[in-house]
Amino acid sequence: MSRYFTDEHEWIDVEGEIATVGITDYAQEQLGDIVFVELPAEGATFEKGDDAAVVESVKAASDVYAPISGEVVESNGALEDEPALVNSDPEEDGWFFKLRITDASELEGLMNEKAYKAFVAGL
Amino acid sequence: MTMLKEGRPTAPAHVNKEHPDPATATGNRALMLEEPLIFEIGSTETTGVDFTPVDKPASRLGGLERKRSIGLPGLSEQETVRHYTRLSRQNYAIDLGLFPLGSCTMKHNPRLNEKVARMPGFADIHPLAPVATVQGALAVIHELAEWLKTLTGMAAVAMSPKAGAHGELCGLLAIRAALEARGDARSVILVPESAHGTNPATAAFCGYKVEDIPATPDGRVDLAALKARLGPDVAAVMITNPNTCGLFERDMKAISDAVHAAGALVYCDGANFNAIVGRVRPGDLGVDAMHINLHKTFSTPHGGGGPGSGPVVLSEALAPYAPLPFVEKLADGSFALVEEETAGEHHAGSFGRMVAFHGQMGMFTRALTYILSHGADGLRQVSGDAVLNANYILRSLDSVLDAPFGGSGPCMHEALFSDKGLAEGFTTLDIAKGLIDEGFHPMTMYFPLVVHGAMLIEPTETESKAALDQFIMALRSLAERAKAGDEALKGAPYHAPRRRLDETLAARKPVLVWIEEALAEAAE
Repeated sequence: MSRYFTDEHEWIDVEGEIATVGITDYAQEQLGDIVFVELPAEGATFEKGDDAAVVESVKAASDVYAPISGEVVESNGALEDEPALVNSDPEEDGWFFKLRITDASELEGLMNEKAYKAFVAGL
Repeated sequence: MTMLKEGRPTAPAHVNKEHPDPATATGNRALMLEEPLIFEIGSTETTGVDFTPVDKPASRLGGLERKRSIGLPGLSEQETVRHYTRLSRQNYAIDLGLFPLGSCTMKHNPRLNEKVARMPGFADIHPLAPVATVQGALAVIHELAEWLKTLTGMAAVAMSPKAGAHGELCGLLAIRAALEARGDARSVILVPESAHGTNPATAAFCGYKVEDIPATPDGRVDLAALKARLGPDVAAVMITNPNTCGLFERDMKAISDAVHAAGALVYCDGANFNAIVGRVRPGDLGVDAMHINLHKTFSTPHGGGGPGSGPVVLSEALAPYAPLPFVEKLADGSFALVEEETAGEHHAGSFGRMVAFHGQMGMFTRALTYILSHGADGLRQVSGDAVLNANYILRSLDSVLDAPFGGSGPCMHEALFSDKGLAEGFTTLDIAKGLIDEGFHPMTMYFPLVVHGAMLIEPTETESKAALDQFIMALRSLAERAKAGDEALKGAPYHAPRRRLDETLAARKPVLVWIEEALAEAAE
């Protein structure tokens, strides 16, 4: 399994043709206390860069983009009851949705963990 | 000690300064009274009104009649009056002090406006009255419409939209009607990052796909990025000018020209018109539709004192699609109301009706009063003074607060600061809460999103230099405390009716309906 990052602060775990997507620890830290998460429906299809989910904190509502194109196979329903999971465990239990990848070549432009850390350090 | 015979001390030396803030038995703090919810004052079992008992008539509802009490608390008139008067004393209003909310233009509401709006000829008429009996009211709508067209350099105006976002809806419906009329299906609306948050919401509500256009480092629309995105699928660009960073979009004409060349239309959010009224005509900048918040620029009450009113000015290209009804001046000098039945062929393109009647009549009389009492030269001075006041705040505070666009020159009607430079762990929220203790409504915070920990301050032209100086002094003191890491600031507000609220809990587990304590306990 390999983990990728976007410059919009999403992480993507790729296992075979399934990608699990969430927001990074840096993103949850910036957003503050998360109070609401709107998840995509199963079967929804996204092009890379489409608005896929909404995360709302006490400060602001932000879009979560589809980091790659694909079809939603599962959403993390636990976030609807307990949005605080995004704050407490953003990069594991606080995942947002899983996509069936349409075009694996789109992963090429994304960052690895080291590159993302350097990117965040430069912000 | 000086003593009167009855023993009443008169010298302040008697004051015990050791206990400056003791608790009180009632929870009241002198004249600031603690106030429970209305349901906690009056019992649902009692009533404040005496009715002669009547025999209960036989029900004709066939068993569908209500079985339970509707749960209204029974209060006497005095209890009711006191409840709302006490609550009103815990409120903050433009009539109490400076209200620095950015992009809200909280200016003084002149009492002359109120006097005119209450004249029986305006206040006591009905929207269904025969037009022959309400010629004066129609004349007011028409004259205000003429002023708005003149001030904006536009061909037409829809007076009926009820506020800003409703005006945006009106503008987009006109744009869609114009595109449909030429058989041109376009699906995308471009919204720059420097635009108001309602713009993308309105576009999405109308079924358009919304795409962002990035801002330049100096806080304006990235013209090159906008031009690169324009194409046959773009219906319109929604742009706020002056924008939500408090800056004038100086490329506006070039933006409009590029948008028109691509076959699209320009919507301008006119919420910040106060900064340019009497100086810039949006029509000259190529704008096709713009709403005007009468409750901002034209001094009608804003917020709880509303209602709002958001007339939309339209260019020649959109004028044929304006909504009904509107007031037309006839050749004989009388006024007619053009509605569906009377629209005739030359208004056949109207996209329809947005509201039942003519719009917010009470706001029209207030706004026209404001315009006529200022005159053209007065309105020009309004924008000049509003911009001067904002720049006075910007330059008085940019030595203690980070002004992200302060280096790019003067601002327009609002000054923008960020949380850069505050001590570790101190935020914009701490400064906002501190302002409450200092007796001010906080500024707009965490907006615009392009600035970290944004503080957006709009003083308007109606504040005196003395009022501005006091606000600046308060904010400077708070900024210095936040930079020095004064932990006490994190506990603010100390002097408000309630201390700092748990916003997270309120959002995650909102309690929106009052339930009797016993019932709430039973439910748990």
